[in-house]
Amino acid sequence: MTFREAIRRKIVLAGLVLGVLFLAVYSIGFRMIYTEISLEAAAAGGSIASLLVLREMSNFLLLAGLYAATFLSVAMGALLSADTLAGEINSGTIQTIVAKPLRRSDVVLGKWLAFAGLLGLYLLLLAGGVVASVYFQSGFVAQNLLRGLLLIYLEALLMMTFALACSSAMTALATGGTVFGLYGLAFIGGWIEQIGSIFNNQTAVQVGIATSLLFPTEAMWRRATYEMQSAVSSVLQMTPFVTLSVPNMVMIAYAVLYLLAALALAIRTFQNRDL
Amino acid sequence: MTVTAIDTDQLRKVYGEFAAVKGLTLQVSQGEVFGFLGPNGAGKTTFIKMLLGLVKPTSGRGWLLGAPLGDRAVLARVGFLPEHFRFQEWLTAGEFLQLHGELLGLEGKALKMRIDGLLDRVGLTPFRKKQLRTFSKGMLQRVGLAQALLNHPALVFLDEPTSGLDPVGRRLVREIIQELREEGTCVFLNSHLLSEIEITCDRVAFIKHGEVVRVLSLDSLADAHAQVTICATGLTEAILSDMARWGRDIHANGQEVTLFVEKDDAIPEITRYLVEQGVDIYSISRSRQSLEELFIETVGKDGGL
Repeated sequence: MTFREAIRRKIVLAGLVLGVLFLAVYSIGFRMIYTEISLEAAAAGGSIASLLVLREMSNFLLLAGLYAATFLSVAMGALLSADTLAGEINSGTIQTIVAKPLRRSDVVLGKWLAFAGLLGLYLLLLAGGVVASVYFQSGFVAQNLLRGLLLIYLEALLMMTFALACSSAMTALATGGTVFGLYGLAFIGGWIEQIGSIFNNQTAVQVGIATSLLFPTEAMWRRATYEMQSAVSSVLQMTPFVTLSVPNMVMIAYAVLYLLAALALAIRTFQNRDL
Repeated sequence: MTVTAIDTDQLRKVYGEFAAVKGLTLQVSQGEVFGFLGPNGAGKTTFIKMLLGLVKPTSGRGWLLGAPLGDRAVLARVGFLPEHFRFQEWLTAGEFLQLHGELLGLEGKALKMRIDGLLDRVGLTPFRKKQLRTFSKGMLQRVGLAQALLNHPALVFLDEPTSGLDPVGRRLVREIIQELREEGTCVFLNSHLLSEIEITCDRVAFIKHGEVVRVLSLDSLADAHAQVTICATGLTEAILSDMARWGRDIHANGQEVTLFVEKDDAIPEITRYLVEQGVDIYSISRSRQSLEELFIETVGKDGGL
């Protein structure tokens, strides 16, 4: 049902068109940069060092593409669910639904499942496209790719679920403001943590961890890049995707729990709400 | 023993400081067409929402078709057309009814036939494949009404069902309510349109500031509130005060006297009495108090604000 809504309301169309556009731009950009570096590598006589640069550059560009794909998926997750309950409560559409013999929790769960499916497909299109584009042009495949992509999916789900919880209690606009505000906070927190760890500043690292606990989206991305980053780049610390202060498995478990708690909160709030 | 369709005991809803519904006690029988009247903001919609489990009562108890409020199973036998009907406008009329039928647990051929029948009944068959976003307010109300009847409900709540309809549409709703009555469905009608209520309902409740102020049967409305106007000469104070035996609110203005009588039988008795007293009568007429007059009398001219 929610799938059909997304299609009819042209959300999917917008997502697809922009997604394809994104992939096209990315592929062209990758091609140009890759060709340039390849030529340099050839000029250098195919030395090991230049081949290494080529490989690391591919890794960097892949992560850059995935970073954009992640942001788009996260934004899509927030947008999909921000209006869903809030909008239907506001317009009164929900009244005829809830006056049917269904559990209110099923209404929320149904929406969640549909959104989770949509997000999965969307991420598959974007991230899968980026990975495929890099592979077919350079033959490069990042390590722990599946693990990284799953972490990105978890991040998008987290955003979507949290927006759903907000949407059950607040207006769509307030929901959007809250989730993007928290996302921004986590983003900045993540950078403070990384930069803090360069200078061995424990306080800064702790600030980062605190924001991750508040909203663990950025932490998931950090872990994803850690998984997919080649060892050479990590050691050399030469790209912005090098993660110095790595979120550990506890943080991932925390994120999963956070997601479940947000879903439970969404259901509970919606159950107790006067419509 | 028959189960009452709606039974509430001191149902109450408080929003912050404001009591939207204060202790509403009401019984509606199965098969009855019941009108729920009151000025804007009297708590009518909140009351319906509490019955349907959309709003949690602050206190009090209630039963729908014998089941306590909040019982989900009973909602499969209830229909509801909300006041501010907004539906999934990206659906077509057919898909919309299909969805709501499925939410009610209906399926397959039986549901399809029911949808065909209802679309036909509300005159929307040609628009079956049109998206609801293209519908006018009246058409949405019709499709909403069809939605409320999908499950052959034993009890239907119609919150302002004719607010978006033109005269033809109103007549259609009236006819459908008549059919429901014949099928033995209980209809709970919330409306401002008193003439509608007057034509369709068996009983009405007046509600003001979240309380029922009066419940009356519309059959008795005609008798209980007939106004008699008499034009006569030779009326004395003594005769006028004697007439209090048959009626109340006696007003004399020159040769014209008006009073309210309890029963129509009182009119010939008054006539006989006046003739015996030697009063010359030029005319006697009886007019029934309309529901509108009764409404104003009950809730006050200020509309209960």
